[in-house]
Amino acid sequence: MSASLPAPPQRDPAWLGRLFWISAALVLLWPLGVASEFKPWTLLAPDNLKVTGQFLGTFLPPAHSAEFLLMVGREAWRTVAIATTGLVLALVLAVPLALLAVRVLSVSALSGRMARGPFWLRQAVRWGLVVLRSVPELVWALVFVRVVGLGPTAGVLAIALTYGGMLGKVYAEILESGDAHATETLLRNGASRSQALFYGLLPQNASELTSYTVYRWECAIRSSVVLGFVGAGGLGQQMDNSMKMFNGGEVFTMLAVFVALVALADQVSALLRRMLG
Amino acid sequence: MSSGPALPPVATPSQALWNARCRACWLLLAMLALVVASFWSLDLQWGQFFSLDAARSMGRFIAEFFPPDTSPEFLRKVALGTWETLAMSALGTLLAAVAGLALALPASRLHAAERAWARAPTRALLNLLRAVPELVWAGLLLIAAGLGPLAGTLALAAHTTGVLGRLFAETLENAPPGPGAALRTQGVGKGRVFLYATLPQVLPQLLSYTLYRWENNIRAAAVLGVVGAGGLGQLLAFHMGLFHMAKTATVLGAMLLLVGLVDGLSYGSRRWLMR
Repeated sequence: MSASLPAPPQRDPAWLGRLFWISAALVLLWPLGVASEFKPWTLLAPDNLKVTGQFLGTFLPPAHSAEFLLMVGREAWRTVAIATTGLVLALVLAVPLALLAVRVLSVSALSGRMARGPFWLRQAVRWGLVVLRSVPELVWALVFVRVVGLGPTAGVLAIALTYGGMLGKVYAEILESGDAHATETLLRNGASRSQALFYGLLPQNASELTSYTVYRWECAIRSSVVLGFVGAGGLGQQMDNSMKMFNGGEVFTMLAVFVALVALADQVSALLRRMLG
Repeated sequence: MSSGPALPPVATPSQALWNARCRACWLLLAMLALVVASFWSLDLQWGQFFSLDAARSMGRFIAEFFPPDTSPEFLRKVALGTWETLAMSALGTLLAAVAGLALALPASRLHAAERAWARAPTRALLNLLRAVPELVWAGLLLIAAGLGPLAGTLALAAHTTGVLGRLFAETLENAPPGPGAALRTQGVGKGRVFLYATLPQVLPQLLSYTLYRWENNIRAAAVLGVVGAGGLGQLLAFHMGLFHMAKTATVLGAMLLLVGLVDGLSYGSRRWLMR
């Protein structure tokens, strides 16, 4: 460093301000900690430590009897099956609703403003999709477990409804986000709306639509495990049972299978999306 | 073609198209097989679900929700539950942001000369944290932390640490290297290079990731309680388990209101920022 420059400050010139903002944040955090009973030291209370230690101790060796592994394999498949079935039913719900909601396919909008009837229909469908989507799938599952009993049906229905809303809304957004020129030209030249859809709108957006669907399938696998915790079948339900019985070895094996399953779905989905390019 | 020298065989456009279609066909077949196998292997009780009986029981079930319990003392309880949910999500996200940043440092290679030996193992740890959903974490942590919001907060923190740690690590690696390199060549230590060169550049990005996860976590915290980890979900599971349908309806309403509010706020603020 040359001598003409002033000596660099040895201390952070803004330390006072930083100290002030950190203390202010801590003061604001206090009520949050009180509300969520944030007392991490209870984790270290001797009783809790003993239970935790015992539970963790049973993790090893992981359960590996042939019969148990077979059961885990079957439940893992059921988890995938619940996700897939749920997603297919979601598509059945989402595709027509998305098409109803798309503004680009409006004929009356070609001449200025959309007519009032179609406008409100589209708006209503949109709101319906938002409502379907905003009820968490776990709540749907809790409700359906009451109606159809324990088992995969509740999980499938829960995924179908939530993902139906989600997919429908995003499909409509994808279809509207692209360049509407081709579709509009077709419509203006007298093509029917289904022609405009199949020859203008879909080819343009097909890869994005498919890759979003594949991504959601991956998410559905994750959430179908979670739904098992309220009794909707699959790996989650078995995991919940083993946790309640403090059987660490079984929990460990199932966690490992679950993580592997998610990683596999992740790989498959990435591969599919790359192929769609 | 026939008069010129022999050209190497190239895939004509039609052949490329054929190949692509072939591949798409196989994909479609595989997907169809998966779907058929899924439907076939699950013993779905459609008959039971679409029967008149089920429709009636569904109707009865929904009718029991009305009128929702709006007595002041129960509303106060629900409000407390909502506040608890918000507190859990905020605290969980904050813990996750701190832990995520702490793990993102070993998980990123800040300049080309760095050996970053901890990069792969830390990333594996982050992936593991991220792969287990919040609800499963909550189930596991209930054993260590007991029933109540603490388990929920820690569960949110564990999962979110995985998500944020990975995002943070990627942000750190993509930060412009100039300022850091300038300080490093002056002989400034590693910690101070991070604090005064790298961190200020990426802070806005880190903040926006954290806020986005907070939004997700509010939604997650609302339902986390169904396994007993505090908040609105715990109220819901409790009253639903005891068939207090009027009270369940109130809690459900509060939950939907909270989620809707968060969605609306996030949508509105995004619109406002993108203006």
